[in-house]
Amino acid sequence: MRKYVIRRLVLMIPTLAGISLVLFTILALAPGDPFQELATNPNVPPEVAQELRHQFGLDDPVIVRYLRWFTSMLRGDWGFSFVSRVNVDTLILQRLPVTLYVLGSAQLLGLLVALPIGIYSATRPYSFFDQLATSFAFIGFSLPTFFTGLLLILIFSIHLDWLPFIFQTDIDATGPAWVWAQIKQAIMPITVLGLFQAATLTRFIRSAVLDVIRLDYVNTARAKGLSERVTLLKHVVRNALIPVITLVALQLPGIFTGAVITEQIFRVPGIGSLLISSILSNDTPVIMAVTFVFSCLVVLFNLVADVLYGWLDPRISYR
Amino acid sequence: MATRSMHAARTLAGDRLAPRRASDSLSAEAWRRFRRHRLAIAGAVTLLVMVVAVVVGPFVYRIPINEIDFKAKLKSPSWAHPFGTDDLGQDVLARMLYGGRISLAVGVTAMLIAIIVGTAVGSLAGHAGGVVDNALMRLTDLFISLPQLPLLLLIVYLFRDLLTKLFGLEAGVFILIVAVIGGLRWMPVARLVRAQFLSLREKEFVEAARSLGARPLRQIARHILPNALGPVIVAGSLDVAVAIIAESSLSFLGLGFPPDIPTWGRILFDAKDNLDFAPHWAIFPGTAIFLTVLSINYIGDGLRDALDPRKVMASRTPAADAGGVATPDA
Repeated sequence: MRKYVIRRLVLMIPTLAGISLVLFTILALAPGDPFQELATNPNVPPEVAQELRHQFGLDDPVIVRYLRWFTSMLRGDWGFSFVSRVNVDTLILQRLPVTLYVLGSAQLLGLLVALPIGIYSATRPYSFFDQLATSFAFIGFSLPTFFTGLLLILIFSIHLDWLPFIFQTDIDATGPAWVWAQIKQAIMPITVLGLFQAATLTRFIRSAVLDVIRLDYVNTARAKGLSERVTLLKHVVRNALIPVITLVALQLPGIFTGAVITEQIFRVPGIGSLLISSILSNDTPVIMAVTFVFSCLVVLFNLVADVLYGWLDPRISYR
Repeated sequence: MATRSMHAARTLAGDRLAPRRASDSLSAEAWRRFRRHRLAIAGAVTLLVMVVAVVVGPFVYRIPINEIDFKAKLKSPSWAHPFGTDDLGQDVLARMLYGGRISLAVGVTAMLIAIIVGTAVGSLAGHAGGVVDNALMRLTDLFISLPQLPLLLLIVYLFRDLLTKLFGLEAGVFILIVAVIGGLRWMPVARLVRAQFLSLREKEFVEAARSLGARPLRQIARHILPNALGPVIVAGSLDVAVAIIAESSLSFLGLGFPPDIPTWGRILFDAKDNLDFAPHWAIFPGTAIFLTVLSINYIGDGLRDALDPRKVMASRTPAADAGGVATPDA
């Protein structure tokens, strides 16, 4: 087990190196660079612009620039934003808490909705409740988050005027009022993301429970005279949740990138909106760092999913 | 199992005698199973109506998409403008009919790219085995670990001007978006096809074809691929929905098509700042995206019932070996 984890961790390095090389090449091949403005700005003499380019090493071949970037990345030097003139890591750390707060709550909401519905559906397959739940799940994952977001704004901000539709970091209040304002402004983004997650999870939990509920050992448990509740919760659900947990781990990085859109709709100042603004302003170091952080998350959570799977399910053996 | 090898024997022996019978009856059976899924049929009908609407619509509904009329700006739906107007007084229905063509075309083309690339990589890996297989699967793993949406945003933003210069505004952005979406979606298909290859190439009917002297290309095209097609079609149908959502997301973030090419996502992007005056402007295109994606998801569900070997072949081949990444030697 430990050997397996270590081997997988070592294998992560070439993967991440490959991903970062792909990202870097795309950025390097693209027309346009952050110093274009300097070149066209009449107040900056061409020699100075040239000197600046040279200083930042923009004229070196791609592979040299890549190796320089990769080694300094490993040393913890993530570079410097061209636009906001702040270190990239401070910028990311600044934006991360909001994203984590919104995403974490959304994921929790998704699970809280999906678990009871999925389990109940599976105990009564093809009943009226099950069909209703399945229909809602299909509607749920067919509704793109940008449309649900707009619909919620339309209903709750414009018509009912209950919730603010712009997320503010500096709320002008203290104490309970501040907490209330924080909760109020996060309700819509969390709901949009959470319900979308819930739709996928409901389907998955339903089929996972259905797979288990027909097995012989469940009949044995019932035959022993265990109550339906105990059979379901202790015997069925515990086993059915193994693949579900793996799925949740696998989905987490996807949720991070999916949050880009939600953050944009509600103007949540998180990592996703940082990415969009840096793309729009051609802020290469920030783009590179944020996309690389996203890739690390994908690779890391793939590993977490595999390890969790084996840890929860003793039938899986590592080699 | 018996039926399957019989079918195989028939295809083998009957290449000249009755070449189409076996596959005809298979597809008829699939169609029968698909028809039983009522929501899938409803989805297919809805999608068909939308396709006909966007293909024929602009010829019947003749209001131009870019006729600016400030007197009729942000009007709610009326007889003159069934879906209302936008902030320049342009007719939303006309724009949606025209933009829908592009939204749907993006979905279908990106799906085709994903399937073609995925099938090619998967077949090559599954057929060649060894070093080639290993290298291709590493490549697939690498692509799966790429962060999709950020990369999509990045590539489209960076290369939009270049391709616009090369192919013109509409075609350039179209090619770029379709290529990038398709290029980031082929991996599941590749894994699926490879897994099918690994199990199918050991089956008796392929062995029989091999021993009769069929060349590798013929073995693949005639015997292995047709049998591996079911799950690929299911995955492909869902890819259309994914691609439509991806294009709408891009356009919604303002990084997709320019404003004079009103895809549904682009209309939503333009409409989102006027929600309080003109909710209809956002609701109609949003509903169109939603209905399309919902229909495709139901069609995919129906196709899975009809084609997925894990369901169809349950009585024929007990080993459900089409399950994604499972390999016989693992």
